[in-house]
Amino acid sequence: MTFAPKREDYDVVVIGAGPAGLAAAATSAEAGLSTLLLDENIGPGGQVYRAIASTPVIERNQLGADYWVGADLVQALRASNAEIIQRATVWSLDRNLEIAVSVGGASAFVKARRVIVATGALERPFPIPGWTLPGVMTAGAAQTMLKSSALVPDGRTVIAGQGPLLWLLAAQILRLGGRINRILDTTERGNYFAALPRAFAFLTSPYFAKGLAMMREVRAKVQVVPGVTELAASGDGQLASVSYVAGGKREAIPTDLLLLHQGVVPNVNLAMAAGVEHRWDDLQLCWSPVLDQNGNSSVAGIAIAGDGAGIGGAGAAVVRGRIAARAAAEALAPAAAAKLPPMAALRGDLVKAERGRIFLDTLFRPARQFRIPSGDTIVCRCEEIAAKDILDAVAIGATGPNQLKAYRRAGMGPCQGRLCGLTVTELMAQARGKTPQEIGYYRLRAPVKPITLAELAAVPKSEADVKAVVRG
Amino acid sequence: MFKRSEQDKRPPVEIFVDGTAITAQQGDTVSAALLASGRDVRRSTAVSGAPRLPYCMMGVCFDCLVTIDGVGNRQGCLVPVAEGMQIEIQKGKREIGR
Amino acid sequence: MTTNVDAIVVGGGIHGCSTALHLCLAGMKPVLIEKDYAGRHASGVNAGGVRQLARHVPEIPLSIRSMEIWEKISELVDDDCSFESYGQVLVAENEDELAACRARVAELNALGFVHEELIDATELRRLVPAAADTCPGGVVSRRDGAANPAQTTTAFRRKAEQLGATVCEGAAATNIRHSDGLWHVDVGDRSYAAPVLVNAAGAWAGSIAAALGEPVPVETVAPMLMITSRVPHFIDPVVILRGRKLSFKQFKNGTVLIGGGHLATPYQDRNETVLDWKSLATSARTVFELFPVMRDATIMRAWAGIEAKTMDDLPVFGPSARHKGLYHQFGFSLHGFQLGPGAGAVMAELIVNGGTQTRIGDLGIDRFHPSTL
Repeated sequence: MTFAPKREDYDVVVIGAGPAGLAAAATSAEAGLSTLLLDENIGPGGQVYRAIASTPVIERNQLGADYWVGADLVQALRASNAEIIQRATVWSLDRNLEIAVSVGGASAFVKARRVIVATGALERPFPIPGWTLPGVMTAGAAQTMLKSSALVPDGRTVIAGQGPLLWLLAAQILRLGGRINRILDTTERGNYFAALPRAFAFLTSPYFAKGLAMMREVRAKVQVVPGVTELAASGDGQLASVSYVAGGKREAIPTDLLLLHQGVVPNVNLAMAAGVEHRWDDLQLCWSPVLDQNGNSSVAGIAIAGDGAGIGGAGAAVVRGRIAARAAAEALAPAAAAKLPPMAALRGDLVKAERGRIFLDTLFRPARQFRIPSGDTIVCRCEEIAAKDILDAVAIGATGPNQLKAYRRAGMGPCQGRLCGLTVTELMAQARGKTPQEIGYYRLRAPVKPITLAELAAVPKSEADVKAVVRG
Repeated sequence: MFKRSEQDKRPPVEIFVDGTAITAQQGDTVSAALLASGRDVRRSTAVSGAPRLPYCMMGVCFDCLVTIDGVGNRQGCLVPVAEGMQIEIQKGKREIGR
Repeated sequence: MTTNVDAIVVGGGIHGCSTALHLCLAGMKPVLIEKDYAGRHASGVNAGGVRQLARHVPEIPLSIRSMEIWEKISELVDDDCSFESYGQVLVAENEDELAACRARVAELNALGFVHEELIDATELRRLVPAAADTCPGGVVSRRDGAANPAQTTTAFRRKAEQLGATVCEGAAATNIRHSDGLWHVDVGDRSYAAPVLVNAAGAWAGSIAAALGEPVPVETVAPMLMITSRVPHFIDPVVILRGRKLSFKQFKNGTVLIGGGHLATPYQDRNETVLDWKSLATSARTVFELFPVMRDATIMRAWAGIEAKTMDDLPVFGPSARHKGLYHQFGFSLHGFQLGPGAGAVMAELIVNGGTQTRIGDLGIDRFHPSTL
């Protein structure tokens, strides 16, 4: 069952129940602040702890110890006074801290004194030829199915790309008895050298030993092809084959399921639609919000925590959630805030949690050819717009993603640029010899998730309307 | 494309896809149930009619759009299955006002 | 460094771009100055209505002049601007409204205008089959239609540049002054000088006029629009209501645009607007009642463009009442898009010939300030 928010006003509204949101809401409630946690999914956990309260995967070691950390976070939150609503889609947030949320097909408006946006990350677009074919999915998609429904790949399966999640997913699929025929590793050889100076911090981070063990586990069972420099999916209305080039040699393999992954990037839509300033991050190759050390954004009252604040991983997300919530408590209820763990301790935790991140970002920086497509390769999945269409628009005067709207509908479909925005920015930057920062991003608009006309028509009338009726 | 793990002990839920009954597990999303069914559940896009299946399974790509109990353009990856649920695979632009 | 040009046009909306283009056609070399990019504000994000229907009488001649250009828009700008002409229909929802429609059409006919035509319920149903069957009729303007505003404004800008206009985007016109018989304007670290200055700066035009000693009662507004996902084709003409705020248009790609003039809060200095969802809900309710087929369509996006609205809802159009060489072209009050092509042509005539055959006398700034020229 889902219920509408109990009140119209809250001290703190947290959006997203991943690691950052769970920690932020629990901390805020612990400080005695009226706290509402809104989350779009069926249960809490976000992506990393997806289905933590309901997974049918009973054998704990199959998902790994890092996953089950999420259960403690959920337990702490449930023990608090925070109001939690699942399957609640926030479709508007503005600089007046007015939030529109759709729950069970009806929309409600709530107002907050502080908003903590914890909308996390999404997988970076991987625009290769054929990536819209049925049978091509993200690695995260397969992991979601594995965690929430114990579903594993069954047909001829290829995993392509790079990054820690890719190896974790492969290990989990194998542990649950799923099938992986080949792993195509797209990590650029040059990245190993670039990352080397950063290796010390990584070696002392908790990721190192775990990562190494996982890669060993996977390599023992699956053929791993390193140095993949080209990748394409093909088939007639359904994936049939994956072709790739590695070490200058081209090969094609019959494939039923191709899982793509080249890292995650902040899910910026809600924050950008609220007017939060973002900057291009040259290392992580994505937009990140401009934040102070407490996570406060350029919009007064809106803080951002978790991977939506810049990719830092689950451990960092938890700490960032606590920091943002503590900062909110300091502003709204200073006496109660004093009982929370001190800010200095939290900052120390964050430094620890972020150790090794730059090494990972450098090592797994995705290659240009997998970020910036050419020719007929689809860039905008929703409106089915190819790279060459965008370059044609640039040739006749489109200077940025918004100017592009005079020529093409890129980014105007239902996903609102989530799956093409970064590609369009980088493609236009490359074509025009500008930086992504100079090129900019789509101006995002509410509703950040579509709502039906009937649902909008059913929202409570404004005061002006009510008065008009009273006047007759 | 996908198979279920034997350790999955969740109770079954019967849903209907274009009128045909399929068995899902309680807690599945509509998209997961469709993919697990082994049936051809490709939708076709409103723009060119190209076939698609869910891509991200986390609510961001909108390639899982499906009609659920008469309401169109729902994100199947965000909606849990329920007993007796009627699913229609969307072909092209979704009819309104039927 | 100062560059001498024939005219300085401030504002890269449809009006500034159209005027720059028509000045080029008349053999002049203008500079067009736009603080953001052409079409960034209302001109690029309005409903795209190409409408003679339901206009204030003083601007009808300009609208008719513009319509002639719209009908050959490709010849002018080498781009069809996605202009479609399926008419615009004003729907009366009851007999009282229909009576008002009848009176309006009679008034126009008496003035010699024949573009508006009274229709009964049968003709309304033929033009707009999806309309609720309680509506008794309305008015149609059959040559009207709609275009893609961003595409149109961009096309005018591009063509102006091709014909020799200098287009400066991304920097505001500052330090506007008159000396030695020329208008001077700074743009970043450059300056332009010309005998002619056109103030077509939209929501920012009022402060330019005021700074030049011609304040006008004008406010900044941001009318909201929303658009649905693609639905199968069900309506051709643009529909507006007689009694309620609604405009309604389905594009070729299937999306449906819902507007009508409910306002967002503009934050002009930040180029930002904050939408008022409770008002948009009112629009949604109107559509819900009038077009039952739309009830489960999905709203994909909503937005608002910043523009200027005058006290009397008429544009400020024509020569300054105070300064030689200064021309105003702003304050189009939520209905300037269709006027853009014609207004640019007329403005070029005013500048080049010193007059025009198109009747614009009631639109001048001298309605606020008696001429001192």
